[in-house]
Amino acid sequence: MHIPDGFLSPTVWGGALAIAIASVSAAVRSAGRKMKDKMIPLMGVSSAFIFAAQMLNFPVAGGTSGHLLGGVLAAILLGPASGAIVITVVLIVQALVFQDGGLTALGANIFNMAIIGTIGGWFIYSLIARLTKATVMATAIAAWASVVMASVACALELGLSGTVPLKVVLPAMIGIHAIIGCGEAVITVLVLGFVRKVRPDLIAGL
Amino acid sequence: MKRRDIIIGLFAAILLAFAVSPFASGLPDGLERVAEDLGFIEKGEVKPAVSAPLPDYMLPGIKNEGLATAFSGIAGTLLVFASGYGIAKLLRKTK
Repeated sequence: MHIPDGFLSPTVWGGALAIAIASVSAAVRSAGRKMKDKMIPLMGVSSAFIFAAQMLNFPVAGGTSGHLLGGVLAAILLGPASGAIVITVVLIVQALVFQDGGLTALGANIFNMAIIGTIGGWFIYSLIARLTKATVMATAIAAWASVVMASVACALELGLSGTVPLKVVLPAMIGIHAIIGCGEAVITVLVLGFVRKVRPDLIAGL
Repeated sequence: MKRRDIIIGLFAAILLAFAVSPFASGLPDGLERVAEDLGFIEKGEVKPAVSAPLPDYMLPGIKNEGLATAFSGIAGTLLVFASGYGIAKLLRKTK
């Protein structure tokens, strides 16, 4: 759901950019306090893996495709602040090098996917994991919700921009991303399950 | 993370980007689908604010689209790896 140039009004993309800068700065301060030497290569490998996985669109219903967002995956591996930074790095490279997501919409895309999707998704994960101790279920629900929440934020921006009425775009965005989110849940559970099996020490967890 | 794990992890990412990405679905994604259905897709067909060097994951100069995607995937994966690694190193120092 990388928003291209032209979809958002200057007020909306400017506002989203300001919120994104403030949020990412907070994430940078928090991640700086928690960064350990052993996490440095994991940040690189996670960024690379999520970038590569985001290239792999899988077909879903109705002539539509989806791909991994990776926010909850990054947050569970690295913690929410470092996870948000990883997704931000991926989004910046995608916009600057590959024109995937507009440069004017970069703030909005960071806000939707790195902040709402990643940190918001991590809150859902930690809430369910603490309450139920069922980490796999918590992972699946949080991964699904991260995509749906990011799509809600995207729909709100489109509605506020006057691009399309909110009452039309909101159900449409939620509907298709509720399906794409199932792919997110499956991939996130499988990848974390694999890491848990081979290198459980790499997972930051709660 | 040991050197061996870094190499395996990076190799897996490059393999996905190189070998699997040419077979990825070219169907519109969720937002593009909604934009087409609700009739605002043309608003995104403006000249981009800044033209990127490898638009649409196509390495220029390669005629075969699959290969152009595959090689741009490798370039992107390495660039993102270096960025993530470098930023983590900087964050380690800011403490």
